[in-house]
Amino acid sequence: MARISLKDLRHSYMPDPASDDDYALKRLDVEWKDGGAYALLGPSGCGKTTLLNIISGLLTPSHGQVLFDDDDVTTLPPDQRHIAQVFQFPVIYDTMTVYDNLAFPLRNRKVPEKDVHDRVMEIAEMIELTPMLNQRASGLTADGKQKISLGRGLVRTDVNVIMFDEPLTVIDPHLKWQLRSKLKELHQRVKTTMIYVTHDQTEALTFADQVVVMNFGQVVQIGTPVELFERPQHTFVGNFIGSPGMNILSCDSDGKQASIGGQTVDLGNKVSAVPSKKLEVGVRPEFINFADKGLPVRVEAVSDAGRFKIVTTQSDGGMIKLLVDEKSDIPTDSAHLSFDQSRTYLYGDGWLLEEGA
Amino acid sequence: MAKTENQKAWFFVLPVLILVAFNAIIPLMTVVNYSVQETFGNNDFFWAGVVWFEEILHSSRFHDSLMRQLTFTFTILAIEIPLGVIIALAMPRKGPWVPVCLILMSLPLLIPWNVVGAMWNIFALPDIGMLGRMLNEMGFDYNFTRQVGDAWFTLILMDVWHWTSLVVLLAYAGLVSIPDAYYQAAKIDGANSLSIFRYIQLPKMKRVLTIAVLLRFMDSFNIYTEPFVLTGGGPGNSTTLLSIDLVKIALGQFDLGPAAAMSLIYFLVILLLSWVFYTLMMRNEEQ
Repeated sequence: MARISLKDLRHSYMPDPASDDDYALKRLDVEWKDGGAYALLGPSGCGKTTLLNIISGLLTPSHGQVLFDDDDVTTLPPDQRHIAQVFQFPVIYDTMTVYDNLAFPLRNRKVPEKDVHDRVMEIAEMIELTPMLNQRASGLTADGKQKISLGRGLVRTDVNVIMFDEPLTVIDPHLKWQLRSKLKELHQRVKTTMIYVTHDQTEALTFADQVVVMNFGQVVQIGTPVELFERPQHTFVGNFIGSPGMNILSCDSDGKQASIGGQTVDLGNKVSAVPSKKLEVGVRPEFINFADKGLPVRVEAVSDAGRFKIVTTQSDGGMIKLLVDEKSDIPTDSAHLSFDQSRTYLYGDGWLLEEGA
Repeated sequence: MAKTENQKAWFFVLPVLILVAFNAIIPLMTVVNYSVQETFGNNDFFWAGVVWFEEILHSSRFHDSLMRQLTFTFTILAIEIPLGVIIALAMPRKGPWVPVCLILMSLPLLIPWNVVGAMWNIFALPDIGMLGRMLNEMGFDYNFTRQVGDAWFTLILMDVWHWTSLVVLLAYAGLVSIPDAYYQAAKIDGANSLSIFRYIQLPKMKRVLTIAVLLRFMDSFNIYTEPFVLTGGGPGNSTTLLSIDLVKIALGQFDLGPAAAMSLIYFLVILLLSWVFYTLMMRNEEQ
């Protein structure tokens, strides 16, 4: 068990990285608390897997340090770091039985056979593989195999962190949900730090206490699912998390109000000095309502999403989507919108502007 | 839904049927035909029954060539399969050297068989051949045309040189198809390189290795050209393998009946051994 800190971490796959673009990871400083359930969320190619491989020791970073508690493990190989990893595609040892698969990491570490047996039985019980222990692992279904991969991480008592690299990719949809809740339950039982990499926001938000959102090789925001939803630090987070994502409209601003196509809206983050950056206002569809006065828009499309409806409207400043209750009336042509002031934010070059700054 | 029956499909199978009939079935039946008859020339044939089969099965000459054949085949399998796997494991899996290695490995396979025989014949000549001369200079009394041991040594060396590459290429194809995640997982599980080989690489190579063993078995059991050109079956009869013996009987002595019976026995031996190999190697596959 350990706290994991990444200090000034950078990584490039090129031998001589010149510009920032050559880096797959650009300057990361992250701390993962002991026993936390983290999700690493981001689109494909944002550096999630690179970061994961650096933590597990499969990759040595070009710059920076990886600390487990206070020990520098930057150059240590994976087997000396006491970590476990579950990969996207289930990795099992085909020729072995389920039991031998689970015992493999312990036997490699010369654990006495009696302890191996006790530990394997305990973990098999936990991940519900007890009835299959004597079967050959290659005969199991994808979710069974993925449980074995997970089990090989859990049997070891010295594991600092278990990492999951999009582990549910090959699992059937109806089993995904089951396996995900199982993971959550296991985390509460074993209290090992878990880092779960995914590009699926539902998986990330349901599994994790803390979500680390990445894009273009940097961490964009670290926060609880609620924080990510209510106060995105970057327009990318706003857009990536939520369905539909945040409305982003370019605007002018004096710091207290933003004007979109001639209309002003009040802001949730008031800034005293407006920097000379590209200014945008962001507001989630959940925090917009139809009103008698406000931003004039034209209603363009309505789609039914079950308990609510997604209304697409066109304003002078661009397209705005909003969510309305399924029972409420929707104006047919022109309408006015009002934004929830406390959830309407001003962004400069994509980043949330600090209040008072 | 009712199955639609369409007899036209037979017309599409017909060309291949004719092809197979002319290049395999009819010749094989001719052989069967010869094997149960006796001839005294003039194209007169008499029914002989299973006489030739009895004769061949009891002939010490056949036993000897069969033993030589089995010795040859199992020796080259015992060398080429492990050696091929070792070379494949040592080859780089990424980078600029991959194509270089692959081309180097394919070279022996591209050379016509009789050229291989001729090359090695000259290469091994004790007076002017590079190998033969060198061995003699080093103090070995090496002469593959006179000494049985030397003839066998040269024959096996030639086959290893010619065909190990095939095993290498097949094993290599099996190795590169293993996803990185397996190696990473093994590293994390603390496996050493021996257990990585035992539990990841070997099981993943199993299918291609089965094919390699079968191909090498069948090819080496049928081998004719290379030993014929290299030693011509000598010295004496010491390197007369089954196929060489068969040609001697059929074309040298023109004993069509015994030769045909021998061909069929030969064919059945290959079939039986191939089946045994395949069954043994695929034993655990269905579980």
